[in-house]
Amino acid sequence: MKILVCISKTPDTTAKIAFTDNNTKFDTNGVQWIINPYDEWYSLVRAIELKEADASTVIHLITVGIADAEPVIRKALALGGDEAIRVNTENSDAYYIAGQIAEIAKHGQYDLIFTGKETIDYNGSSIGGMIAEFLNIPYVALATKFELNASKAIITREIEGGEEICEVELPVVVSCQKGVAEQRIPNMRGIMAARTKPLKVTEPVAFESLTSIISFELPHAKAGVKLIPADQPEELARLLHEEAKAF
Amino acid sequence: MPVLIFIDTAEGHVKKASLEAICYGAKIAEQLNTAAEGIVLSEVKDDLASLGKYGVTKIHHVNSVALNHLDAQVYIKVIAQIAETTRAKIIVFSNNADGKAIAPGLSVRLKAGLVSGAVTLPDTSKGFTLKKTVFSGKAFANVSVNTDKKIIALNPNAYKIETRDGVAEMIPFQAAVDDGKVKVTKVTKASGEIPLTEAEIVVSGGRGLKGPENWGMIEDLAKSLHAALACSRPVADAHWRPHNEHVGQTGIAIAPNLYIAIGISGAIQHLAGVNRSKTIVVINKDPEAPFFKAADYGIVGDAFEVVPKFTEAIKKLKGIA
Repeated sequence: MKILVCISKTPDTTAKIAFTDNNTKFDTNGVQWIINPYDEWYSLVRAIELKEADASTVIHLITVGIADAEPVIRKALALGGDEAIRVNTENSDAYYIAGQIAEIAKHGQYDLIFTGKETIDYNGSSIGGMIAEFLNIPYVALATKFELNASKAIITREIEGGEEICEVELPVVVSCQKGVAEQRIPNMRGIMAARTKPLKVTEPVAFESLTSIISFELPHAKAGVKLIPADQPEELARLLHEEAKAF
Repeated sequence: MPVLIFIDTAEGHVKKASLEAICYGAKIAEQLNTAAEGIVLSEVKDDLASLGKYGVTKIHHVNSVALNHLDAQVYIKVIAQIAETTRAKIIVFSNNADGKAIAPGLSVRLKAGLVSGAVTLPDTSKGFTLKKTVFSGKAFANVSVNTDKKIIALNPNAYKIETRDGVAEMIPFQAAVDDGKVKVTKVTKASGEIPLTEAEIVVSGGRGLKGPENWGMIEDLAKSLHAALACSRPVADAHWRPHNEHVGQTGIAIAPNLYIAIGISGAIQHLAGVNRSKTIVVINKDPEAPFFKAADYGIVGDAFEVVPKFTEAIKKLKGIA
């Protein structure tokens, strides 16, 4: 079993969101970078669990980004995984990134490719579906549970207002979310081991982007909360009904 | 060259998120002086022609039992055939579970730039740009689509449903449908409940409620408002409530008309998942709870006293007391 886990570097969940250069660039000043939580907590940890269940499993991590992505990929290696690949290029749109990953995957003979259900910065939910189409293999999005049974994956996925269980022959691309695994904290042994695990740097293939971000904006600030005394919940109900027309 | 809208169904019924996508796609078609046409895959129970009242003039229907369950790879090929036949340049999806599964792969197949999580109509005055949510709702990005063909995945609850007079012409579409590799073996519906992402009103509980045994009053309030239930991350992590109710940055992102947060302090990660809600109500006994800063209405008080009275007041206003 050979697994490829896609890792993205994102701002910490508590990072202040601000923009510079006339609102065209994310302000990275003072921002802590983390492994995208969906990539870390769910897809990477599930891959590690599969390796714990079957020691012959090989896990490769991949990230697309310039050298500043290395601390994050090292941290991912500290959790687990055998080696990492960094495609040395500035991030562009999802099509470009998925194209780079698919190029590596094409030569890697992976049985399973995991992504997070989205990154918490661009919220595209796109990389997994795009990789699958580039490789012409099935894609199961929004998994909440993932099991293996020989050459078959048994996946529970979210649908509107419920869940669906499906079976699919490997290889498959799966996007993972809450439920697939539980967050782990890297231990000292893992951190030490990660230092000597191979981190291969490859150059990108020529590939285009289909979209580009022109500018960013922040939502309008709220006008301020209207406080209602605790002994007058009927007043709150009235305001919601008549003023906010919320029901 | 019509604007195509993927109309998503569940158990034979059209989803609300798809009605929003139809209205949105119809508006784009109007902007571009063309027609809006729907795509329905799978067998349906609803009267599809009546979807004309949301703005589609035709519906391309592939009435195939093989498409009753989603296999993204199979769907993509069928939609690509319809896009080719109609020579459509713009395809609209809802950015819901099915849209997220299908749109990215279709983007690759058609080499069409994808904007997922769109919240506005495209600006075509200079190129083709759309606003989408980024940083889990904490900001927006204006994205330019630089390809001839374009795919838009519209965020649920981001566009208002409007009706008009109209009946859609049904066009049976004969598509080559591959044998899928994904076999659905079981479907579990949270029956009778309103899907969280489609709900107009959401009632949400946090750690302040002290334990799962206290959810009765939250359920009563939700029932009185015909609302969906949600919870904060600590509540889901403690297994007080199921994970599919967890809203926030690492849970489900929602944008209902009304979001009522009870006993939730409002950590930044929670706010990220709910701050696109139109009206936010916070009930919390801690006046310093950060959630009050993001709220429109608030009560500083003990939820156990406030909520039952609040529910009674709502019932009275709705005449169901």
